Amino acid sequence: MKISRRTALQGTAGAFALGLGGLNFDFTRAYAQAPKVKRGGTLNFAISAEAPHYDPHGSDTYATLHFSSPFYSTLLRYNLAKFPQIEGDLAASWQASPDQMAYTFKLRPNVKFQDGTTLTSADVKATYERLRNPPQGVVSTRKATFGDIDTIETPDANTIVFKMKAANSSMLDHFASPWNVVYAAKDLAENPAAPRTKINGTGPFTFVEHVKGSHVAGKKNENYFKQGLPYLDSYRGIFTLQAAAMLNALQGGQVLAEFRGVSPAERDRMVAAMGDKLRVEESSWTLNLIVAFNVEKKPFDDVRVRKALLMAIDRWGGSKGLSRISTLRSVGGAIRPGSPLATPESELVKLPGFSKDIKKSREEAKKLLKEAGQENLKFVLWNRNLAMPYTPAGIFLVDQWRQIGVTVENKQSDTAPYLAALRSGNYEVAVDFSNLFNDDPTLALTKFLSHSKNPLNLSRANDAEIDKLYELQLRESNVEKRKAHIRALEKRLFEQAYQQPLLWWHRIVLTHKTVMGWQMSPSHNLGAQLEGVWLNT
Amino acid sequence: MLRYTVNRVLLMIPTLIGVAVLVFFLLRVVPGDIVEVKLRGDGGNVSQEVIEQERKRLGLDRPLVTQFGEWMFGMAKGDFGISMWTERPVIEEIKLRLELSLQVALMATIFAVLLAVPMGTFAALFRDTWIDYTVRILTIGGLSIPSFWFGMLIMLSLLAFFNWLPPITFTPIYVDPWANLTQLVWPAMAVGYRYCAVVARMIRSSLLEVLNEDYIRTARAKGVYEKLVVSRHALRNALLPAITVIGLEFTFLIGGLVVTEQVFNLNGIGQLFVQSVSRNDFMLIQGMVMLIAAFYVFVNLIIDLLYAVFDPRIRYDT
Repeated sequence: MKISRRTALQGTAGAFALGLGGLNFDFTRAYAQAPKVKRGGTLNFAISAEAPHYDPHGSDTYATLHFSSPFYSTLLRYNLAKFPQIEGDLAASWQASPDQMAYTFKLRPNVKFQDGTTLTSADVKATYERLRNPPQGVVSTRKATFGDIDTIETPDANTIVFKMKAANSSMLDHFASPWNVVYAAKDLAENPAAPRTKINGTGPFTFVEHVKGSHVAGKKNENYFKQGLPYLDSYRGIFTLQAAAMLNALQGGQVLAEFRGVSPAERDRMVAAMGDKLRVEESSWTLNLIVAFNVEKKPFDDVRVRKALLMAIDRWGGSKGLSRISTLRSVGGAIRPGSPLATPESELVKLPGFSKDIKKSREEAKKLLKEAGQENLKFVLWNRNLAMPYTPAGIFLVDQWRQIGVTVENKQSDTAPYLAALRSGNYEVAVDFSNLFNDDPTLALTKFLSHSKNPLNLSRANDAEIDKLYELQLRESNVEKRKAHIRALEKRLFEQAYQQPLLWWHRIVLTHKTVMGWQMSPSHNLGAQLEGVWLNT
Repeated sequence: MLRYTVNRVLLMIPTLIGVAVLVFFLLRVVPGDIVEVKLRGDGGNVSQEVIEQERKRLGLDRPLVTQFGEWMFGMAKGDFGISMWTERPVIEEIKLRLELSLQVALMATIFAVLLAVPMGTFAALFRDTWIDYTVRILTIGGLSIPSFWFGMLIMLSLLAFFNWLPPITFTPIYVDPWANLTQLVWPAMAVGYRYCAVVARMIRSSLLEVLNEDYIRTARAKGVYEKLVVSRHALRNALLPAITVIGLEFTFLIGGLVVTEQVFNLNGIGQLFVQSVSRNDFMLIQGMVMLIAAFYVFVNLIIDLLYAVFDPRIRYDT
């Protein structure tokens, strides 16, 4: 039996919509009197990093998306006004079988690539074959997420069917991932690595130029498959690698927006300078910092030591102070707080490290350290040499642990040596981070899989119980049962104190009030297509 | 003179080979892997298998000696290799930024020299007068204020007083001279001020020294006009140490304007240098080090040759 798109969503991503009320949006945009859309104009916006190449399949940086998204389309995508609901992009409709073993997509007719060729199911098939089984010389950073696909069939030019080896509750999110843009089959046949340096997509804009170190430019795609879109004639994404230069450019009107996010101090400076010319939009963010203990190093092989260190952190108090000076704000477990599958606060406070009675918690922490014979513990905290928010986070942790008699050195390194140390296992405690683009629990929990399954687990712990619970939630289509597995996994993870989110980030986006139609979301990886953006000038 | 020039040019080759050996092997000692920065630096959950594939694709799994040999052989043919970050030719990456960096360096040099020569000369000629004091205050200011901070002041002043900022993207001077100059005149001023202070102080002190020399006294005793004494006899000799400073400062400006480039959002060599170091993009770092080393060697050669032009006592062929 086939089920409708709506029913399929209710079973998976649709479940998220039920909890929309819990989302922590705090938009300041006034929608009350929406002005009439104006067409034309050029949007100049800042991109705070430059993409190493143009291929989102082989990238994990937002810089690639802010560069490439306007040129491409995906099969599905998130409806940001109703996040995390999913809507069709290239897909006109789709169906998931009740057992989640097959997904059938009907493509929109007459979709054209930038070079004039028509998109067919063969292009989608070639794209997904490249993603799940990249040929020699091609990097697919999300290859593992398509491991459950068995075959991809194209019964006709407008239909594509994904048959699964095993049910996977996260598949619709993967199909909606902004990274999985669709390429032309003929381009990939000629050179599978072509998308790294050549752009040929079906998105709202066509590629004009990329001046290295300076900017990327696009112009309106006259053949875009969505009638009447985009509104802009063209855009320029200008690389402003330093926050100060970006803020000056924003204030001076050289750029009208920066869509990743700024710190509270930067927001306050700009509000003071620009007043009502500036729009400030805020949301919780799908990013967090994680404290990880290397269980291969003594005394962090002792759960009492790890637990004591987590219990000494006053997250609730820290949230108030840190949110004034950094992008850190929300207290949460493994899933973004406020999102539908997140652990509610009433349950969270019962877990180690989340108690609101910090005095009692620290007393217990001291007892645990004493039992473990580590009252005078000293160690080095490995941290990244990035001002926001790693430096305040490191200083905060040093101070928290000082209050139970632990001496910590906050060692901040540049990204390359930091990653090298983490890979080699040559660290005791590290500040890790999680960069997600949605609230899919599978994506968030992968970080905590056993080290043997995921070398990026910085605790280097192997825990069969966590792996089992991860697998159970992944295969479970019933939302309540899935929630139960996630809670159990979180409890196990925090009781064993391998690693734990410190705080979740808070996203603040500044735009000139003349920029209309851009949609805020909890991820800076989403909403970069710019198709609905227009200038009210 | 010709023999000297040829010798100096030939000496450049072992110097540059030494730089190449040092930079290649020292970089390999630095911890970190560009592939990890590229694929995991933004929190990517990329498998080790993918990391290894990428390392292999970039040729990082081959023995160091092979990599070094290929790089040296390539350089001999004018091929500096491929940036491991962007996978575009190193030459292309540098060329794009060199135009801007060279122009800023040239403009700053012109700005500095045009101001420093009269400032230094008048300060020396009117020693311990209000002219000298003014020049000394201005030059101490130039030496004390970091260029990037002065640049920030310029930017904030333009914003505060004129609500205007220079263009944020680079336009070559042959495409639109006005847009080009309105963008680059500010950073050139910011770095030119410090540059000017260094050169002016050098000219002042060496002119004071020269003005006490016997041949100046002799010239004056012969009744040569004071203007001629200063311009033909004193200043000509006093400029020699200043020429060295100007040459070294000019070369420094090619790759050393990191923070100033960041303040003005300039797409120059300095920013590229910092980016490539933070990413461990060895090929690009090597290419830029070689470029800057070659610049230094070349500029030093020019300085030495200029000495002969300004000081007839110097005879390189004897």
